[in-house]
Formats: sequence, structure tokens, C-alpha cells
Amino acid sequence: MSIQIKNINIVDPSTNTNKIGDIFIEDGKIVEKLSKPADEIIDGKDKTAFPGLIDVHSHVREPGQEEKETIKTGTRSAAKGGITTVFCMPNTKPVTDNAPSVEYILMKAQKEGKVNVFPIGCITKGSQGKELAEIGILKKAGIVAVSDDGQPVANSQIMRRALEYTKMFNLAVISHCEDKELARNGVMNAGKNSMIFGLRGIPNQSEEIMVSRDIMLCELTGGKLHIAHVSTAGSVELVRQAKKKGLNVTCETCPHYFTLTDDYVQNYDTNFKMNPPLRTQKDVDAIKEGLKDGTIDCIATDHAPHTLEEKNREFDTAPFGIIGFETLLSLTLNELVDKNILTLSEAIAKMTVNPAKIFSLDTRGSLKAGSAADVTIADLNHEYEFKKEDILSKSKNSPFIGRKFKGCAVMTIVGGKIVWTLKDGIIN
Amino acid sequence: MELLNYKQIDNEIEKLANEILKRNSDIESLAIVGIQTKGVNVAKRLSEKIKKIKDLSKEIPFGILDITLYRDDLHEAGADIPTIKDTDIPFDVNNKNIILVDDVLYTGRTIRSALDVLKDFGRPKSIQLAVLVDRGYRELPIQPDYVGLVHHTKNRICVNMGNEISDSDKVYVENENGSL
Amino acid sequence: MSFNRKDLLGLEHLDKTEIQTIIDSARPFKNMFTRSIKKAPALVGKTVVNLFYEPSTRTRTSFEVASKRLSADVVNIATATSSVVKGESLVDTAKTLEAMKADIIIIRHTLAGTPELLAKNLNASIINAGDGFHEHPTQGLLDLYTMYEKKKKIEGLKVLLVGDILHSRVAKSNIWALTKFGAKVRVAGPPTLIPGKISELGVEVFYNLDEAIKDVDVINILRIQMERQQENLFPSIHEYVELYQLTKERLAKAKPDVLIMHPGPMNRGIEITSEVADCSSAVINEQVTNGIAVRMAVLYLLAAARKGENYVHSN
Repeated sequence: MSIQIKNINIVDPSTNTNKIGDIFIEDGKIVEKLSKPADEIIDGKDKTAFPGLIDVHSHVREPGQEEKETIKTGTRSAAKGGITTVFCMPNTKPVTDNAPSVEYILMKAQKEGKVNVFPIGCITKGSQGKELAEIGILKKAGIVAVSDDGQPVANSQIMRRALEYTKMFNLAVISHCEDKELARNGVMNAGKNSMIFGLRGIPNQSEEIMVSRDIMLCELTGGKLHIAHVSTAGSVELVRQAKKKGLNVTCETCPHYFTLTDDYVQNYDTNFKMNPPLRTQKDVDAIKEGLKDGTIDCIATDHAPHTLEEKNREFDTAPFGIIGFETLLSLTLNELVDKNILTLSEAIAKMTVNPAKIFSLDTRGSLKAGSAADVTIADLNHEYEFKKEDILSKSKNSPFIGRKFKGCAVMTIVGGKIVWTLKDGIIN
Repeated sequence: MELLNYKQIDNEIEKLANEILKRNSDIESLAIVGIQTKGVNVAKRLSEKIKKIKDLSKEIPFGILDITLYRDDLHEAGADIPTIKDTDIPFDVNNKNIILVDDVLYTGRTIRSALDVLKDFGRPKSIQLAVLVDRGYRELPIQPDYVGLVHHTKNRICVNMGNEISDSDKVYVENENGSL
Repeated sequence: MSFNRKDLLGLEHLDKTEIQTIIDSARPFKNMFTRSIKKAPALVGKTVVNLFYEPSTRTRTSFEVASKRLSADVVNIATATSSVVKGESLVDTAKTLEAMKADIIIIRHTLAGTPELLAKNLNASIINAGDGFHEHPTQGLLDLYTMYEKKKKIEGLKVLLVGDILHSRVAKSNIWALTKFGAKVRVAGPPTLIPGKISELGVEVFYNLDEAIKDVDVINILRIQMERQQENLFPSIHEYVELYQLTKERLAKAKPDVLIMHPGPMNRGIEITSEVADCSSAVINEQVTNGIAVRMAVLYLLAAARKGENYVHSN
């Protein structure tokens, strides 16, 4: 099976490419040229190709919470968003703190997935924050990083050990930074809005105290620290200073943290409830600045599907989180590229080459010959409205329903296979 | 179309006052209650007239009554929510002969509601109805005891008058389109 | 008449004329209470449900009396007897009540936003009887009514709220109503019980009660919840009493004709001394009477506004 994508605008930050050209795919790999005429020729006129997008932070919910999302539905949703690789967080049921769980996810992905699924293993057994998980065995089973996402590792000694121990596997420790005591019972950003709504607030400092601690532990251990979902101006500044010092720290943010503020939490709409919470304009501006100056390395979704029943509840009792696969690219294009915060190449780097480097995905995040043939083809001028009925994720908890976008994926190629097109949907 | 000018209004009120006095010799038990809002003015004038005819030194017990909460059409009312107005009956209604006063009698529904309001204040000896104009077209079995002018019409009748006599007082029928 | 709403969820989004309409409508209802029969048939055939997820005697009874004086049929549902214990969701419980043709649902809940959640999911009119730390609109209205009755106008009045502002829905509804009418609102309490951003609502913050009380026209004392001490929001009741109890000595610094209000139930000897609670400046019992009149006005206005029943189902 071979594909030739003709006359397409190629944007590949891994090689600083930004030109019209052809992409050749043979046997699941990107090649310099084809050994025989292409089986399929794709006209790339007016389209743009990137290395397939990598989302380093998602919750695909399988096993255990298949009513919210499955590997089957989650990867279809990702494919529609132009994402070719998803990292899935280990807070499944049971949690991914053992090799069979990793193998189960990989097997399911193999059988039913449409995009690459890379599991993340737990830092601690049961994500309880008490004893280190068998990280070496998890690594052998196929994890790409460790995290207790959803739960911070409250004990500094354990976090220290995790950063130390993972050094021998060159695995990043992804830290969900939250001081649970300071954030106690909080459900939205602490500020004027939380006061008006009568909801308990989560102060910025609940995130920043832990970012600060983890950076210090990173300095102590020389481990590889990746800060998940950065949402505050203070966190951005802490990471900026750490990077200046030359520490091995990277971080990600999510589209909602550079798009929305807590002013959007109107009428107790639980589709605006996520953790960390939506912050203020000052934080949004700082996140954009951090993306611009390279402090923030990755844009990830924190795709967190929840059923309608769970979200149609009291704001306090509804779960945190929103889906994100299908809006990642459009939000990045409209909020960052169109507003001249990032160039297209810089924006794409944060979803391709940067995550590939941080998490040592040697054959991904690039369109160099020899790379896995994961390609996202986008139409930067396609205008559309994000509609509930078009969502492929099993859950529909998005604050962006009804939003109008310009630019989105039109074709997703994973391992040399076309898995989704805007015209025909999922290709079986 | 004008039905009564200020002079004629005063004459009608005098006529009503005399008829009321003819039937109510026990002036001590007499009380007057006007229905909000236009009935209150008629009631005031009537009260003054009776006082003058009988040359009374003290006031006749006087009350005002709002029927909004007793309307049977609250949930079919027009675009506006009916404003609740004051009800003030500052005397004991028990064993009183109450003259209930309204400006215009039409379907009888207002009077029905007013009777319900009075009932909630106690048990008068009698309730008698006095109206300045009877427009006809009753929907309930209610008839006035004392009536000024009788003019049957489906058009609205307007009573323009205050507490005091003025030469701008008048009673007229509105045209279909609501103009004079 | 300017009131055409399906629900009463809070005072934040009501405009001044809407609040004025409620206040004006409450007066005739209050006059009704002196009659031998304190009842009018305005809500005959309407079903009013008191759905209370938090213990409350005062507010529930007040709504019940208000509904009955308007001749509505009243059903009381309290947590212990409802299917909440069976794990039914709030929305499902409320939908069941609506299926039984409840016209108005009055909800009290420990969590903010629950009245809004019902309003979004149901056709019935929803009245917020206090939701978490959010709002308690009928309390705000009855406080405003009481001040209006006693002081004739609200504009320019100096009103002081004392105590746990952070957790007080009463404070919030008071602030919204009073600031819309041009009162000068002060709050006094320890910094741990005053939200940092409260001054953005146009109120003046005091930590010292003796300073705050100077020249005020109205003092509204809030109930202090004993459990706040366990959350380390203040060191002890003893110290709270020392710093924030309304005593006769402190009261001397207010205007001579100051009004003393309390939403109840009172902790005598804690936030207020018995001497002050029972003095001639206190209108605490009148607040209770006014509460019924204001709630009757709210019930009447919502019921009257319902006639078309053309509300959009926002589910």
C-alpha cells in the first residue's frame, strides 16, 4: 500500500519545512520516493500537511468506564480531530499500575483503535501516593510516561523517589500539580465569580505551590519532570525560571486555558467545570506568552469524557473535565495562529516534534523519511460550526458546542492508512 | 359619546344617596365600601352626599377594597399582571349594613369577587350594591340595589371624576376603537 | 407591573423595577394579616412544593404559610423522607414532582446553583429558598422590605452586615438588593470570613466592628455557624464574641434610630446579646411577618406570570 500526497503545503517543524511539495508513504513509513507508482494519489491543493498530531494527555476511560468513552470511540474522536497518537492517563478502573492493564489497553487499541494509543503508567500503586508502582515492568509492557493524574503525589519524598527512579528508564514523570488541602472542595477558580456563584474556589496557588515543589525536586534529583495542564500565570513563570536554570522540566497546557476564563462559568454550566479550573484573563495572557516564548512545550487536550447524566447535576457534584480531541486543532489555529501568538509551524511543533522529543517517540512527530506515516492533512480555510450531533466521542461534554471555527483536519493518516476524512468520516 | 356631565353626575349621586337613606333608617349601622379604583371616588362622593343630606357631624365608616386576588381570571389575564392595590376596611364589618359601591356594573364578576373579599372580613348584616352606571350584559345573577343611569352597551364606559366635584367630571362611552 | 419571570433564582439578575414591584406587591398582603380571615383565593388549584434538602423551620414555614394564605395546595418534602436517600438525582426527583403537576417548586439546598439546575430542566416555576453560599433572594427581599417600611427609602442608607460574609447567601442577596437601590453597604468580620473580592461588589470592608458601626442606619447580624471554628476560620467562639458580638456598648456608636435585623435563627449570647436582640431597635420578629408578605408577593407574581406557560424548555 502506497500513497502519494501531491502538491501539498508541508509544515514540518522537526525539519523546519514550510513549502509546497509531495509526501510519499510506503509500508506505513514516510519515504523519500516510492519504489513503484502510488496505489493512491491525493491531491493536496489548498491543503496543509503536518506530522500526525500527538496528544500527550487524555482519558480514554477504558477499561472500567466504558459508558463515558471506549478505545473504539475515543480513537475515532481523535482521528476526527487530526490526532494520530493519544497518550491515555492511567486513572482507568482498575488503574494502570500493572503490566496486564497496559497490555489490555494495547491489545484493545490494536483491535479497535483508529489511532496510536500509548498508555501512561501510574507513579504509585493504585495512584494512592504511597508506594512506587512497578515502573520498570510497566515500561517493558509499553508505557511512555508515568503519572498519577487526577491525584497529586502529595508526599514530597515519594515524588522525589519517582523522579530519581525513572531516570534509569528515561521516563518523564507527568505531574498533576495541586495542593489538595488548599484546593479543598473547590470547584472553580477562586475569585470574584466564585464568590458571586457561592462556589468554593481553587486558588492559583494550589497549583503553583506544587509546581514549585516539583521543580525543586527535579533540581534535587535530576529527573525528568513534565507539568500537566498548566493554567496559571504563576506556574508559567515558575517553569520559565526553571528552564533558565537548565532544569529538565517541560510542561503542557490545554486549549481551554488559552481560550476561556472563569467569566464563562455562567448559569452553573458544568461543561465549564474542569480541574485545574478556568482562570482569569491575566492567566490566559500569561499562558499565551508562555506558549510564545517556548516556556510551554506542548498543547494537550486533557480529553475527559463524562456522560450527560453525570454532567446534568449540581455544579459541586458534577465531575471535572471536558472532551477535547475534536476541538484541539481548530482552537489552536483560531486562538493562537490567527491571533499571531504563534506561527503555524510553532503551533504544530507543540503537538508534534515537542511531545515526540519529551517522551522519546523516535519515529513520530516528523515527516522525515523513515518516520511512521502518521500525517494530518488540514484545510486552514474550512469554516464550520462545532455541533453536538457531529461529535464522535461517546460523551458530549464540550463548552465549545455552537462555536464557529475556521480550519480543521480533513484527513488523518495513521501508519500509512487513511483512517478518517472529513468527507467520508471514519474509514474502515 | 357623553352620557353624563358633571352636573348630571352630581344629580345621580344625590338620587342614589336619597334612595339609600330611604331603605336604611338606622344610620349608625351604615358603612360604605368602594371598589378599587374608580368605585372609590363614587363611594367618597356618595358618603359626602349622605353626610350633607343628614347633616351628620361624624364620618360614615368608609372602606376601600381591591379584588385582584379574588379575580377568577388571574390565569387568563392579558399581557399585564394585575397590580395588587390596597384593601383597607378600618371598621368592624360585623352587623353593618354595607353599601358596596362601584362606578360601572357590567358582567357582575367584580361584584362577585368583592363579596368574597367582604366575607373574609366578617359577617355584615346586609350588603347592598350601588352603581353609577349599569352597562347591562350581566354574566352572573347580580343586580344593583341602587342604580344611577342605565345604558346597555358593549363598549367601555369611562367615568372621569375625582373625590371633589369639578366641571371636567364626565361619564362617556368609548368607541370601538377606543377614542371618544 | 414589571415582573415576567418563570423563576426567582437570585437578586443579582433582577433589575431595580422588578424588585420594586415585589416590594410594592408585598404591602397589600401584609395588610391582609390583620383581617379575621387572612386568606385570598389567588392561587386556588395551584400546587406548591417545598423541596428542602437542608433543615429549615423558618423559611419552610414562611413559604408554607404564604402559599396557604394564597389558597394553594402545599406539599412539604424534606430530605429524610424523600427518595434522595434512595440515590435519586435531584433532577429526577424534581421531574417526578413536575409529573405530579407541581406548579411552583421552592428549593432549599446545601449546594449553590441547584435552583438554576431545576429551572433549566423543568417547566415548573422555581423559587430559590437558599442555595449553598449563593443567594437567598426572598430573605434579601424581606430585609429590603423591612428597611423600606421603617426608613421609607433605601437610597443613602448606611447598612452594615456583620459576621460570616463568606458563607452567607443572606449577605449576598442583601448586597445585590441594597446596592441596586443606592444604599451604602458595609461588611464587618474577620478576614477569614470575608471574601477577598467582595469590595468589587461596591461594599466597604471593615475588620473592626467598632469602626464599622459608626453612624449606620441598619445593622444586619448574620448567624455564626459553630462548625466554622473547626475549619480554622477563627480560633474560638470566645474570641469571636470578644471581637464581633453586637453589644449595647457597641450599638451606642450607631445612629440613635438604628434598626437591628437578624435573619434567624439567632445564637443569643454569641453574635448578639439578648439585651440587644430584645431592645426596641430590633425588628427581628417583624422580619418574620414581612417574610410571609414578601413570599406571598413572589408566589403571586410568578403564578400570574405563568398564565401563558409558553416558557422555553431549556433541557
